[in-house]
Order: sequence, then C-alpha cells, then structure tokens
Amino acid sequence: MIITPLLGEAWSAMRANRTRSFLTMLGMIIGVAAVVLMLAFGRGAQDNINDSIARMGSNLLIILSGTTTSGGLRMGMGSSPTLSLDDAKAIAELPTIAHASPVTSGLAQLIYGSNNWSTQVTGVMPDYLSVRNWLVVEGVAFGEADVRAGTQVCLLGQTAAENLFGSTNPVGKTLRIKQMPFLVVGLLERKGQSMEGRNQDDVVLVPVTTAQRRLFGASFPGSVQHIMAQAVSTELAGQAQEDITVLLRQRHRITDQGLANKQDDFTVRNLSELAKTAAATTETFSLLLGAIASISLLVGGIGIMNIMLVSVTERTREIGIRLAVGARRRDITTQFLIESAIISVFGCLIGIVVGMGGAWLGQVLFGLNAVITGTSVLLSLLVAGGIGIFFGLYPARKAAQLNPIDALRQ
Amino acid sequence: MAGLIRVEQLCKSYRSGDQTQEVLKGLDLQINAGELVAIMGQSGSGKSTLMNILGCLDVPSAGRYLLDGQDVGRLDSDRLAQLRGRQIGFVFQGFNLLPRNNALENVALPLLYAGVAKVERHRRAMAMLEQVGLADYASRRPNQLSGGQQQRVAIARALINQPQLILADEPTGNLDTQTSAEIMDLFQCLNRDRHITVILVTHAVEVAMYASRLIRISDGRVVNDGPTTQPINNPS
Repeated sequence: MIITPLLGEAWSAMRANRTRSFLTMLGMIIGVAAVVLMLAFGRGAQDNINDSIARMGSNLLIILSGTTTSGGLRMGMGSSPTLSLDDAKAIAELPTIAHASPVTSGLAQLIYGSNNWSTQVTGVMPDYLSVRNWLVVEGVAFGEADVRAGTQVCLLGQTAAENLFGSTNPVGKTLRIKQMPFLVVGLLERKGQSMEGRNQDDVVLVPVTTAQRRLFGASFPGSVQHIMAQAVSTELAGQAQEDITVLLRQRHRITDQGLANKQDDFTVRNLSELAKTAAATTETFSLLLGAIASISLLVGGIGIMNIMLVSVTERTREIGIRLAVGARRRDITTQFLIESAIISVFGCLIGIVVGMGGAWLGQVLFGLNAVITGTSVLLSLLVAGGIGIFFGLYPARKAAQLNPIDALRQ
Repeated sequence: MAGLIRVEQLCKSYRSGDQTQEVLKGLDLQINAGELVAIMGQSGSGKSTLMNILGCLDVPSAGRYLLDGQDVGRLDSDRLAQLRGRQIGFVFQGFNLLPRNNALENVALPLLYAGVAKVERHRRAMAMLEQVGLADYASRRPNQLSGGQQQRVAIARALINQPQLILADEPTGNLDTQTSAEIMDLFQCLNRDRHITVILVTHAVEVAMYASRLIRISDGRVVNDGPTTQPINNPS
C-alpha cells in the first residue's frame, strides 16, 4: 500500500486550506469536548455517591426495633424495646454477617474545662468501627473488656473534639458527659457529611453498656435502639437481610402459623440496596448526558462530510490529474479518507484537551467533581476516528468514481 | 516494427439532453512503435476525443482499441490506471500540474502511484528535471514558472515511468513561437534518441512539420494519412 505518501498528500491539501480545515475540525472539537466533559462530570457525580456510601459504611444493614402504642399514640419505628444486646451478638455470628454492633444513642451535654457542647452520644460495641469503616487516628479504640465492665471511656469525633478541645490533642484528657467523667481514649477519623447532609463527625462513642447503665438507661435491661450490621459482601447483602429476619423471628418467637400470628417487631433495612439505586440513577444520568453530547459529535461528523464534498467538487481537476498519471480509484478514495480521518482525529485530540480544560475549570470555579478516565478518552478517540472515516467515505467514493476525462475537463 | 496502436471502427458519441452527438464515426488507424505522428483537424473534428481514448482517459462507445496487442476495452479500471501510469505519458495543452506541489513533486507524482519509495522517487524525478534542463527549478511551484518551463515539467512527468508512448494534446497551444520550437525539439529528440512513439495533436502547420507522418481528421474520420514531406492537402 502507498498510505505513507498519501498521508503527505492529504496533509499538504489540508495545510492549503487552513481556515476551512480548522472550522471543520471545530465541529469535532466541540463534540468531543462535550462528550469528555459530560462523561467526566457524570463519573465525578458517581464517585461522589460511592464516596458517601463508603463513608457511611459499605454493605450496611440496619435493624430497627418495632413500634409501640402508648395511650393510643403509635410511637413510630424504633420506639419499642424489642432488640437486645443478645440479638446483636447472635446477628454478629451469622455467616453472611462480617460485623454487627448494637447502637443506643441520645443527646447529652459535654463539658471540658470552660467549654461545653451538646452532641450525639452513641453507645456501641468495638465492632461498630468496622461496620462503619471508621478509623481511630489518635489513641486507641475501647475494647470488649470496656464493654463488659461498662467503663467510662469515649472516642471523640472530629467536630466534637474541635469544639471542646480546640487544637489540643484530646487523647488522655478527661471530659464530663452528664456530669460524669469520661476518659478520652481515641480520636476518630474525619468522615464529613452523610448522604442526608448530617455531620457525621459531631459524635462521641462510648461502650454500649456504659450508655445503657450510666447515661440513658434502658426501658428494659439489655435493650438497644437499633443494630447496625455489615454483610460480608455486596452480593450477600440481600441474603444477610433474609438471615437476620429468620434469626430474629426465631429469637422473638414470631411464626406465620397458628393463632399466635404476630407481626414482625423489627425492620431490617438494607442500605447497600439504597446505595445501589443511587449509583444506578447517576449512571443513567451520566449516560444520558453522554448520549446528548454524542449528538454534537454526529453533527460534527456531518460537517466533515459536507466540507469533504465541497472539497471533492473543488478539486475535481486535481483528481483528474492524479487519475491521468496512474492513480487507481482506491488511491483517490484512500487520500480523501485520510484527509477526513486526520481532521476528525486532530479535532478529537484538541477536543480532549479542551474537555479536560473544561473539567478543570468546572472543578476550580464551581467545585464540581470531574473524573477523566483513560477509557472515556480512548472511547471518544475511537468514535471520532470512526465518524471521520464513516462520513468521509461517501465524498471519497464520489471522488474516486469520477471519469478521468470528465474530471480534467473541469 | 509491429503496430503499437491499432484502432478499428472506433466510435464515440456524447449525449447532451435528448440529442446524441457523434464525434468519432468509425475511425480506423494504425501507428507503429517509434513513429512521430501529428494529428490535425478543425475544432470539433474529434482529434482530442481520439487522443483521450488513445490515452485511456476515455472509453470508446464502439469499436476496438488495441494497445501493444491488448484490447483496452476489456481492461478494468485498475489496469487502465496502470496503463496510464506506466505505458503512456500524457502532455496537455494546459500543462495540468498540481498547483500546490513544486516541480519535483509534480514530476515524481506518477512514481508515487507506481509504488516507488520516496528517496528513489526524488532521485529519479531530479534526474528527469535535469534532462529537461530544469534542475535549478525543482523547488518552484507551477505559478513560479513560465509556460515553457511548466510544459517541460509536464513532459518530465510524462517521461518519468519510461513509457513507450507519449501523447501530446496541443502541447504548444499556450506557448509562444520560440518556446514552441524548443518543446518540439525536445519531442523530436525523445523520438529519435529514445525511440519513444510520439503522437501529437496540433492545429499549427509548423508544429506538425516536426512529425514524420501527418494524419488529418475531419468529422470523426481519417481523411488524409501520409508522410509530412508530401504537400499538404489543406481543405480550409
């Protein structure tokens, strides 16, 4: 094949019509930039959601206790003390569950020196940190022994620590919760906002037994507000939900049969299901954006075809000369195809750069999260090359079908 | 010398709207290898149409054209392109050089389609430019050359693949007398020293006198065919 010399011929033809080549390219540039940008922002939004999910804790299941009726008033989810510490322990032993922890929490006033701060005090098992994917950045977490003994130790979230201790390291200090002294054993990693926008760092973790016995009491001994559990994998989250339901029905003696047909006194919520829905929504959304952007790519391709047709008409005589000195039809086709491919591939490369610049601007000016992946760049390059060749094919064939003498008579 | 070109009952008609115009009406012709032939005729006599068919730029409506024993009418477009590129060199009245390319690139163009490597293309094109006396003008574009120089570039391009046949359609039509003489000397030289068959179409008697054989065409048929030394029977 004689592709290399034809590349040179095509290149010089494009240089001869610089303005036109650039304007043709512009359609491609805008199209590719739009695709790259949309894919980047779509991917950024997806990453944001995945981040939130990871911060919340992955494969999360929440078991809420049932409702209660008090003087004709139905009290809502979690108001009935049907879940116990033993339920939590039993759930933790299920094969589909990696970790589980009971949770009992309430608002309490914290005092350290001259500072005081009202925050969420949460009684948990040490496994809670694993369930939530939460790390201790200073000091250490409390252990099983602390839970058994109900010691007055606590882990501080970043926001609570800042409000009470300012910039000093709180580990080893003693603060007061509801006038009782608690030793700060560790400082938790910053988690930021939850998906609902709640500050997850404004929190104090204490052993669940300490919370029950000393801070909030318990309606019934050993009862907890809810239980958080982590499934071993996303695929097994649904199975874990089933397992917990079966286990708790058994433990709470709830059957479907007989006269004792009772309703479940608990609810198992699968948060990974929720997360999956959110992720699917953003994915659909970014696909839609990408599809809209591809339309501009298509318009760019039609622009190429348009200009190439004009070019063929204008250069009929040149085509005639080439045919007269021995060019075969496919040599002419190849030359024009190379021209349209060059326009689209160069346009695409510039478009990728423009798209990256746009993504960067969006990040700097509007704080949007944009992620450009190699796949999206490669994809738009391939699509643009394909469009260039597809839309160049018709003009190129038209050029090659010319009769030498008709072309020369122009 | 065997017949290089044999044309039998060649017809060519063009359709414009409802009317069909017959340009060649059963023309017979034989030209042997090594001849220098001039074809003359009035405008519309069909001489250019005949040249285009001989040069494989156009196809006849009827009749046979044998080039070197090969029936050109049976060849596909690729084989025709190969014939145009390697066996025939065409020289036009309007030069037909590529305006964007310099003289060297124009001369090398047929080699590109013959699949010759770049270095070799340039070497051979340069050598050919030297032969037509334009070595110093290799990097000039056609619009930077005089008419005579452009026609020399075109001749160099026609010769680059060492064809056995050169077809020249009014090669001196756009040139002054002095330059015309130089170009015709060049053709005569090619014919005499390299035994290249040259067929040229002209309407100027002094140009035709360079040839050894003169064919007159009128109304799509050969009306006179003989050596140029014979007195010319000029009907006009």
